[in-house]
Amino acid sequence: MNWGSWSNFIDMGGRGFYVWGSYLITLVCIVLELGLLARHKRTLWQRLTQIMKLNKQG
Amino acid sequence: MTINWFKYSSPATFYPLAGKMIPLFYALAAILTVIGLYISFFVAPTDATQGEAYRIIFIHVPAAWMSMFIYLVMAMWAGLGLVMNTRLSSIMAQALAPTGAMFTFVALITGAFWGKPTWGTWWEWDARMTSELILLFLYIGYMSLTAAIDDVRRADKAGAILALVGAVNVPIIYFSVKWWNTLHQGASVSITHAPSMAKTMLLGMLIMALAAWMYSIAVALSRARLLMLEREKSTAWAQEVLEQKS
Repeated sequence: MNWGSWSNFIDMGGRGFYVWGSYLITLVCIVLELGLLARHKRTLWQRLTQIMKLNKQG
Repeated sequence: MTINWFKYSSPATFYPLAGKMIPLFYALAAILTVIGLYISFFVAPTDATQGEAYRIIFIHVPAAWMSMFIYLVMAMWAGLGLVMNTRLSSIMAQALAPTGAMFTFVALITGAFWGKPTWGTWWEWDARMTSELILLFLYIGYMSLTAAIDDVRRADKAGAILALVGAVNVPIIYFSVKWWNTLHQGASVSITHAPSMAKTMLLGMLIMALAAWMYSIAVALSRARLLMLEREKSTAWAQEVLEQKS
């Protein structure tokens, strides 16, 4: 597949909005999921290590 | 030689093992995505009838496959947890749900973005789309139900029943295009027929599907580790893990 130029590639035969829109939304969904997962990890570790420290102090 | 599979179903063994495997699955997902996207945009030809709009297929179909497949795997783990009462099973079911929901949402939204230029409508209440929307509600229902019940064992049981009952919907989604006259086209790829698409298109789609698989495994394992650590926080192995990292 030879697009000839960047503008042709972005234009996607006039369907650029739909094609790139789909890919962009998918990317956002994946980034969001990974972000939420990272946040979950951070807060859980903070909480659990905090509890552990408090337990040690007695 | 006999392998003791039950060894791996114990959180103390699973936790470090999963931790080692996760980077591998993320790396595979990234590599496959790059190859898949290259084929999707630079190798696969323009479609004779749909022009370039068809290129949405490379995310739409893998996402739709994952949405159904993850649901079945989730229901299987949930059912196993219900029957065998194994700790890991219910954790796996809960770890898969958000990823399944994400892929269902992606399948629906990319479907809308594909439907508008090809059918002239974002949405139609036809059997395929409606049943896929129900799948999204099933995922959301499962996640809300398990999150709403404080007692973990009760939450697992209630969630498992919902997941198992909802599994009926998956074959309905899959066969909807055969059973009813839908706006949605029939399967392009099936076991009984030769694929009705160009070889490079099919290849791009399959590689993207494989990438989605690797991503799902990586994310689900990461989430499973967190759920596991939270549930087992007072056990010796979890204390050890916390001790090492803090």
